[in-house]
Amino acid sequence: MADFNLPANSRYTEIPGRAHAAPAGATRVKTFQIYRFDPDSGEKPRLDRYQLDLDRCGPMVLDGLIKIKNEVDPTLTFRRSCREGICGSCAMNIDGLNTLACTKSIADIKGDVKIFPLPHMPVVKDLVPDLTNFYAQYAAVQPWLQTRTPPPPDRERLQSKEDQEKVDGPSACILCACCSTSCPSYWWNSDRFLGPAALLASYRWIVDSRDEATAERLDMVSDSFKLYRCHTIMNCTEACPKDLNPARAIAEIKKLLLERQV
Amino acid sequence: MSSKSPLGRALGLGLVDGTHHWWLQRVTAVALALLGPWFAISLLLQPDLGYVHAHAWLASPVNAVLMLLLVPALVYHSWLGVVVVIEDYVPAKSKKITALLVVQFLHLLIGAAALFGVLKVALGSAA
Repeated sequence: MADFNLPANSRYTEIPGRAHAAPAGATRVKTFQIYRFDPDSGEKPRLDRYQLDLDRCGPMVLDGLIKIKNEVDPTLTFRRSCREGICGSCAMNIDGLNTLACTKSIADIKGDVKIFPLPHMPVVKDLVPDLTNFYAQYAAVQPWLQTRTPPPPDRERLQSKEDQEKVDGPSACILCACCSTSCPSYWWNSDRFLGPAALLASYRWIVDSRDEATAERLDMVSDSFKLYRCHTIMNCTEACPKDLNPARAIAEIKKLLLERQV
Repeated sequence: MSSKSPLGRALGLGLVDGTHHWWLQRVTAVALALLGPWFAISLLLQPDLGYVHAHAWLASPVNAVLMLLLVPALVYHSWLGVVVVIEDYVPAKSKKITALLVVQFLHLLIGAAALFGVLKVALGSAA
């Protein structure tokens, strides 16, 4: 049956986490509860608590994580790079929603800041998920321009302003995986369902007026699992930190598939 | 763990068309959206749903024809839906195939029985 629970060794509740108290003289204390797991250690995952003084910390959740790593606990592991919402590295589950730690404001979170890795992915360590399959699915939709007509000798392939606007939205995807890992269909069937991020990427090329592989792209996703495991749950659109709409892209692909059938 | 590459795994075994399934689910949904309310309202308007009345209701040609449409639409819609649920939640191959077989036979059995019932009443002599 479907995995409604985490595997036995992945439940953190049985082991009390370690607590790191706020420094003396802290004026505005906020507690971060952070999932800790090191598969190589043989220990079960746990929730560690870190008390930070918000008056000595930047405004975003990522600022808190960096402060913890620099000043409290250097063993805390997470990915981050640009700290401005364009690299997609610091995607994690914060306060119950997949989002980017660098664009999520600590002030927006009531109570403790609870941070987990992206759901239902293998955990490499702490907040770092294994995204191998996610990237392979992106590669599988062949996310590059495919043409039969040779390019004009003296200039680029032209595109009207309206046609460019169709790809503006979907090409703003940063592949952070917030959408795919928020999708229950992806949790149960990520081995066969491509997930919203890869399907959004496929759509980005399907609607590109310069691309000439539309038919092959539609063939590829018309599979009963690769696309149609989407049951319009729309967690993807809810989660997207770039305010994109993968659910709509999937619906548009379904409309195109229908158009060529009836 | 297979040594197949991540891309190889993501591409899987290739294409099984899913559009037909998806489209028929919507077609039967529209049919049910029309036939369902008719069925409910028509029965609610009956003064009495005892055997004699129900028999007479089903024996009327209009009701019988609409029932002959309602039963297959309902059975097929349910069949498609339950198949999706099984595909979603039963990953183990042998369990999945067993469950799919059981569900498909059950739907055929229920559909055949219901159609036989409608025809028997509609074509038979008044009870």
